[in-house]
Amino acid sequence: MKVKYFAWVRERVGKAEETLEPPSSVRTVEDLIGWLAKRGEGYGHAFETPQVIRAAIDHAHVKPDAAISGAREIAFFPPMTGG
Amino acid sequence: MTIPLTIRIQDGDFDIAREIALLSKGRTDIGAVVSFSGICRGSEGGEDIAALTLEHYPGMAEAEIGRHAEEAMSRWPLQGLTIIHRYGRITPGQNIVLVVTASQHRQAAFAAAEFLMDYLKTSAPFWKREESERGMGWVEARSLDDAAAARWIRR
Repeated sequence: MKVKYFAWVRERVGKAEETLEPPSSVRTVEDLIGWLAKRGEGYGHAFETPQVIRAAIDHAHVKPDAAISGAREIAFFPPMTGG
Repeated sequence: MTIPLTIRIQDGDFDIAREIALLSKGRTDIGAVVSFSGICRGSEGGEDIAALTLEHYPGMAEAEIGRHAEEAMSRWPLQGLTIIHRYGRITPGQNIVLVVTASQHRQAAFAAAEFLMDYLKTSAPFWKREESERGMGWVEARSLDDAAAARWIRR
């Protein structure tokens, strides 16, 4: 699946997107955040406070308990500040 | 009848008068047009701001604004709707966002414009970064904006 990062999540991770194949034990958005946080220092910093991280699957907002199976694109970002 | 709906995500500026005219030109069924424009302020919390840079999520920004536009059209009797949101570097005094709603009566036009702005603030995937003398910093989300959007949740 393609994983995208925006704003300070992108800056901390150090890249805007990547293609990842997490293990099958990673079932939900929350699981994926936990798995990503262990991928390195930048990821650890980006995901150190999981409760502030927002997520979207295939361009729609999802909650932390959303299943990731079948997702083509998952994005992680801070709370939005548009408008 | 299909309601004219325009959603644009763009880096360039927009002309508010032109957008209003495009929505109402040649129509005799519209009795009210409300427009809201969000403009970059030159200071925040007493500190001067040189510019804002807006990052967005292409594809999702259009989809998310589209979902809220559909909801607005289902909740209020609108006869036209235009939403434009800019990205990139924007300096004080420049436009950031425009919402124009058209309806037979003012109540629907006012309510739909306010609903859309409250949701653009909290759920459209855009992020502002401020440039000031202290450097660059991401703007933090305000709980006041979340409370404003929550008012519209149907119980």
